[in-house]
Amino acid sequence: MPVLERAWELAPGVAVRPEPFGALLYHFGTRRLSFVKDTQLLAVVEHLADSPSARAACEAVGVDATSMPSFERAIARLAETQMIRERHR
Amino acid sequence: MTTATRLVDHFERGLDAPICLTWELTYACNLACRHCLSSSGRRDPGELHTREAMAVIDELERMQVFYVNIGGGEPTIRPDFWELLDYATEHHVGVKFSTNGSRITREIASRLSTNDYVDVQISLDGATPVVNDAVRGDGSYATAIQAMEHLAEAGIRGFKLSVVCTSDNIRQLDEFDSIATRYGAQLRLTRLRPSGRGADVWEELHPSAEQQRQLYHWLLEHGDRVLTGDSFFHLAAYGEALPGLNLCGAGRVVCLIDPVGDVYACPFAIHDAFRAGNVREDGGFARIWRDSELFRSYREPQSGGACASCGAYDKCRGGCMAAKFFTGLPLDGPDPECVFGHGERALAAVESGAAPRSSVDHSRRSVAVAIRKSPARLCDENPLVGVDAGAPAQP
Repeated sequence: MPVLERAWELAPGVAVRPEPFGALLYHFGTRRLSFVKDTQLLAVVEHLADSPSARAACEAVGVDATSMPSFERAIARLAETQMIRERHR
Repeated sequence: MTTATRLVDHFERGLDAPICLTWELTYACNLACRHCLSSSGRRDPGELHTREAMAVIDELERMQVFYVNIGGGEPTIRPDFWELLDYATEHHVGVKFSTNGSRITREIASRLSTNDYVDVQISLDGATPVVNDAVRGDGSYATAIQAMEHLAEAGIRGFKLSVVCTSDNIRQLDEFDSIATRYGAQLRLTRLRPSGRGADVWEELHPSAEQQRQLYHWLLEHGDRVLTGDSFFHLAAYGEALPGLNLCGAGRVVCLIDPVGDVYACPFAIHDAFRAGNVREDGGFARIWRDSELFRSYREPQSGGACASCGAYDKCRGGCMAAKFFTGLPLDGPDPECVFGHGERALAAVESGAAPRSSVDHSRRSVAVAIRKSPARLCDENPLVGVDAGAPAQP
């Protein structure tokens, strides 16, 4: 299933620190730091756990259709680096 | 995902809290590495007490500092070291600590393996005993290797093997890589700075221009799996940026808390010129980080000074502040190791003895300590009594 249609949540052991540019994410297990370079993307990340899909989370915070592909890439990247994990509905 | 401002610009203007910070817990050390950046050796009577250190951890938790790089001195010498480590990780402040390995016994390694919030960094500055021990002291190679064996046996993967790059060990990069692989560790390479006792050996041990180029190419080839603590951004002037932020984070995204609670712009800058305050003052660390005049000044737009007209300025940003300062160069000029040789030319104009030195020096006055196989009991009053071999230098 495509990234946007799946349900996600923040992985255990990941801390989020909001910053003026977005947020810093730190994974205590992998000891990796990630930068969320956009406040809207941070809002999406915060909505993931309560949304039936990543697309729903994006829509909930007002991501428009033209921006959706770049958000999809960003969410895929967060999944790749284990910052978020798939949630089974 | 486009933003009007590049991430690096945000960092240059400073964050509300550091991303990580270095915290030297003690100036006491059981060895006397020739290049020790903090001139460690003897404990300072004014070092933070356990309660004070815990209060700093509470503050870091409130500021959401994800992790601290703990060093020294040899931090494990502090009788309350393990207590502080547990306290930090219970309060969601991860700990990466640097050690010479002398106290990483099987028991300690096994204990460390159960805490996901702890990362260990073993210092080794030569891939052979001859090269390492010449800088870090007799027996320190064997001590570090034994510590890595213990960590590997305890099932810890991905701990760090930390190497300060010198003129003597640049040719051993592949060997360091093999050692790291052998123990399931990750290699971390950092730059030698003329800080602390590093100033005394700078001429002898800093890599030549040729060696720097060799290092740059090695990092381009292996950089994705080797850590550098963003040490070598001055080498980006060769052409390609190396992995990392490629900027000086001093007072913007990193800083140092020293054993007596003094806050400096970076771990390599223990000098009054870079001291922003003390955590014992009203408002503690948070106020210093946010409001100190010194740190605020770093977050203002910087002029490139003598480097502004150089085509590579955007890449190297003039290099390392501490390297310039402790070699006597102006802060708005080239790095002493500028890849175009501007630093070397500028250095020729610095009079011998004119470079500033840190007034903070805890070097032992006696000559090298005897190295024993099994450590005697540690004495609280003099943490140097009977301690086993090895010592960390530049983290």
